[in-house]
Amino acid sequence: MASLRPEMQYATLDQQTETAQLGMWVFLATEVLFFGALIFGYYIYRISYPDEFVSAGRDAKFLLGSINVAILVTSSLTMVGALECVKRDMIPRAVAALLATAGLGFAFLGVKGYEYVQDYHDHTVPLLSFVLKPDQHAPAELFWAFYYVATGIHAVHLSIGIGAVLFYAWRTRSGRYSSLYYSPIEVLGLYWSFVDTVWLFLFAAIYPLGRAG
Amino acid sequence: MAWLPFWPPNASVTGTAVDIIAISELVVVVLVLLLVFGMMFTFVIRYRRGSTADRGHLARKTWRFEIAWTSATLLAFLVLFAFGAKAYLYLYQPPKADLELYVVGKQWMWKVQYPGGQREIDSVHLPLGKTVRVLLGSEDVIHSFYIPAFRVKHDVVPGTYETFWFQPTELGDFQLECSEFCGTNHAKMTGAVHVLTPADYARWLAGQTGGETLAQQGEALFRQYGCSGCHSPRSTVHAPILDGLYGSVAHLDDGRAVIADERYIRDCILLPASQRVAGYPPVMPSFAGQIPEDELMKLVAYIQSLGATKETP
Amino acid sequence: MSAIAGGPAETYLSHESTIASWLLTRDHKRIALLFFASITAFFFVGGAAATLIRLNLVEPSGQLLGADLYNRMFTMHGIVMVWFFLIPSIPTTLGNFLIPLMIGARDLAFPRLNLASWYVFNISGMIALYFIIAGGVDTGWTFYTPYSTLFSNSHVIAAALAVFVNGFSSIMTALNFVVTIHRLRAPGMTWFRLPLFVWGIYATSVVMLLATPVLAMTVLLIALEHGFGIGIFDPALGGDPLLFQHMFWFYSHPAVYIMILPAMGVASELIPCFARRPVFGYSGMAYALIAISIIGFFVWGHHMFTAGISVFAGVVFSFMSFIVAVPSAIKVFNWTATLHRGSISFDAPMLYALGFVGLFTMGGLTGLMLATLSIDVHVTDTYFVIAHFHYIMVGGTVSAFFGGLHYWWPKITGRLYPEMWARGAAILTFLGFNVTFFPQFILGYLGMPRRYFSYSPDLQAWNVLSSAGASILAVAYLMPLFYLGWSLLWGERASANPWHATGLEWRTSSPPPERNFALTPLVTQAPYQYNPSDGSYVTQDGIANG
Repeated sequence: MASLRPEMQYATLDQQTETAQLGMWVFLATEVLFFGALIFGYYIYRISYPDEFVSAGRDAKFLLGSINVAILVTSSLTMVGALECVKRDMIPRAVAALLATAGLGFAFLGVKGYEYVQDYHDHTVPLLSFVLKPDQHAPAELFWAFYYVATGIHAVHLSIGIGAVLFYAWRTRSGRYSSLYYSPIEVLGLYWSFVDTVWLFLFAAIYPLGRAG
Repeated sequence: MAWLPFWPPNASVTGTAVDIIAISELVVVVLVLLLVFGMMFTFVIRYRRGSTADRGHLARKTWRFEIAWTSATLLAFLVLFAFGAKAYLYLYQPPKADLELYVVGKQWMWKVQYPGGQREIDSVHLPLGKTVRVLLGSEDVIHSFYIPAFRVKHDVVPGTYETFWFQPTELGDFQLECSEFCGTNHAKMTGAVHVLTPADYARWLAGQTGGETLAQQGEALFRQYGCSGCHSPRSTVHAPILDGLYGSVAHLDDGRAVIADERYIRDCILLPASQRVAGYPPVMPSFAGQIPEDELMKLVAYIQSLGATKETP
Repeated sequence: MSAIAGGPAETYLSHESTIASWLLTRDHKRIALLFFASITAFFFVGGAAATLIRLNLVEPSGQLLGADLYNRMFTMHGIVMVWFFLIPSIPTTLGNFLIPLMIGARDLAFPRLNLASWYVFNISGMIALYFIIAGGVDTGWTFYTPYSTLFSNSHVIAAALAVFVNGFSSIMTALNFVVTIHRLRAPGMTWFRLPLFVWGIYATSVVMLLATPVLAMTVLLIALEHGFGIGIFDPALGGDPLLFQHMFWFYSHPAVYIMILPAMGVASELIPCFARRPVFGYSGMAYALIAISIIGFFVWGHHMFTAGISVFAGVVFSFMSFIVAVPSAIKVFNWTATLHRGSISFDAPMLYALGFVGLFTMGGLTGLMLATLSIDVHVTDTYFVIAHFHYIMVGGTVSAFFGGLHYWWPKITGRLYPEMWARGAAILTFLGFNVTFFPQFILGYLGMPRRYFSYSPDLQAWNVLSSAGASILAVAYLMPLFYLGWSLLWGERASANPWHATGLEWRTSSPPPERNFALTPLVTQAPYQYNPSDGSYVTQDGIANG
């Protein structure tokens, strides 16, 4: 159990754990600004071109977006479950929960991919297949540009998350973590919840548009 | 300000305003520099290692000094800010214009149109002492219309109109420059500004092959693009009549009220859906990408002329 | 007590010497040297571009390079100098080396991340070299749309990618510093006992963390738009070029503070040490750094006074720009007051530090003129702006960087540099700098726009003067390369504390051992406990000397 000794720059394992958490929080702060810049731009245009955005937003796949909300919220639950299991030394169950988390992540990507295919058939993919609807004007395409950039970047974050979850599932299985040391799982959980939260914001920004009333 | 060494010629009302502020601020800057550098030199010489100067009793209550010089600089800065902002408001709130100028920036030339229909490239003729209002549009990238002798510049942004004004106070030829990087020949996007006496100016205008006025050319385009088919009292389509529109307040479908200026007219032609006037059906097609910038300006000039009853020129 | 001379004791340089021990090192001191090698290379790349720019402008017709090549040169100069030299300069080298030493830690919080940051930096550097060799970029470092996205036929995507990847390196390094300063301070090292250099790095790291992600998103959109025409900044689709400028300057104005805050930190170490006097108004200095980093986020619009923002926005941004100048002014007064009743010696680091204060003051005061709305309308996008920001970034940051480099050179290498040569270089830098950039203030007010490869012949005299100054500056920047290199081999061995300074970094041998301190220091003193009357001093761990 080499990891029970802190790395040489730390005095205690507690100090190392707290430092790792602080590091992740600081990183997430930068991520907030990263997505924030994009969402800010999106709202600027949405305010400038309300009609076009509402009209374009009607073509977004509300049902598929909602399913993905459910999937990611559930995955956050399994992520927390994994952490609690490690804290209680229930390693096999923790591994199972981590694998479930990764599985839900894949399910999200699957639904998202299916949604992209549907979008393609609806001619709402700028560059590849885009046709303005009869009542739409050019800025409607801006909605879709933001849609693809935002969901694409989110998908990249989620894929990194899935990779990390699988990696730590393997490490958990090989017995590196226990009730004495579980800091990496905790930090991983922070990241996963953040990616989950970003989706909630994107969902709220994109999907309900054009459906109120 | 010709008495100052290396000071560039000033040929406009705004230039004088800018120069006065610049010179007063320069004086402040030099005084502060003398203060700081003077203190530094005095201390450095007096307290050089090995000198016999007294070094006891180092200041303890440094916060007294901190508060003193924080409030002093803050106060000084606020005064500078206020003077600068006052002049800026003056620069950007045009007085009544004697003359409208229509300028389109394009890689790498300035296309200038006069209300009488005269046109020039990379050259501007202006009457002395008249207030000139400039409408700026771009056909491609961002440019910036800069006349150093007038101390004014304004960016020319594609997709919208910018306006600004100046009033020449000196006869002569001055440099016109593009000051926002716009590609390969950015440095060659220069021209000349010729300030003439009003009489010479009238003679120059008459000597140009103007033909129809800008508004008349705009009216022809108004028919050519089919605008008159709907926007006329005889039309069966329910579209707003444009007489008296320019300068009035337009109440939009989404509840906003906007001043119908050049920018608004431009947006209405190119993106009608987001600028629709309340009470009219969304039937107008978008003309985005179909009308070149200089023709668009003629249309705007025509619609401006329809509103001339409301806004005195 | 630590070893006095290098001697047989193991140092971070000598304990292992394979190539792998350098390329896979997690030691912050070695990573600092790796960064030092990388940014020095880029400094000369950017400097070469500057040389060509000044050569081209000797003659008004600009025939030497011609329009296309000239446009590529100033773009390359800007991109390389901003992202590959100035922003990483002090933090990744001096910061990396000194932060753990100054706070009494054995390393940064995340040593692997630190090494990764260097690799990411070099990857972005490779992309930058690729776009330079493949034919360059002609958009200016500001990438203004729609020129960069719809009109430029140069390697915009590669350039945007280089900047994007570079941002990760900034974020990794800044994150490491923030977390380290929060969590790894030695016992007794309270926030208000931190050396001001640590405060400077802390403030700059916060700015890096909050601003860089916005730049990353902005250049990502530029690359997507240039590559695929997604339309976000395309006026034809209703996109707004001004939105780009807002997003870009939201990063790029704070970026100026990223460059200057560490330099302020360096000056605040150097001046008390060579004036043998506690820094005047320590807490005011620390608060001023933090104030600058926060207010600096609300002034970006002053780059856009003539771009078509509303008059109201212009007034607000002008107001904020004056406010952000107040803490900078406080710092200048405090540095000056630190000289009062000191016992001042004029070693090379002090000459650089005094030069820094002078040039920074010039840059700051001309910044006030630019913050004044109506003056800005005349001089924005002219050489006045160029001169102003070079006074801050080159006169300020680079002078402080060289000052810090000389000051800590004995600690880093264990060797003393030749003092007379170094003083000569410091004085030459100051002179060359002023001859280069002062004429540009005049050129700007005369109305010479920036980014012009040719200009009207009546401005030639000032341009020739500026180019002449640039050649002096080039010599001044090349000199250290030779005498510092010489000192590596033949310089006198340095003692642990050659400057009789008070910081913890001087409480270990020169160069330090791999793990910095034999025992974790216990801090009992505020920094800068110098006594000018008798030259005595008390180190931060409470040892009284002389």
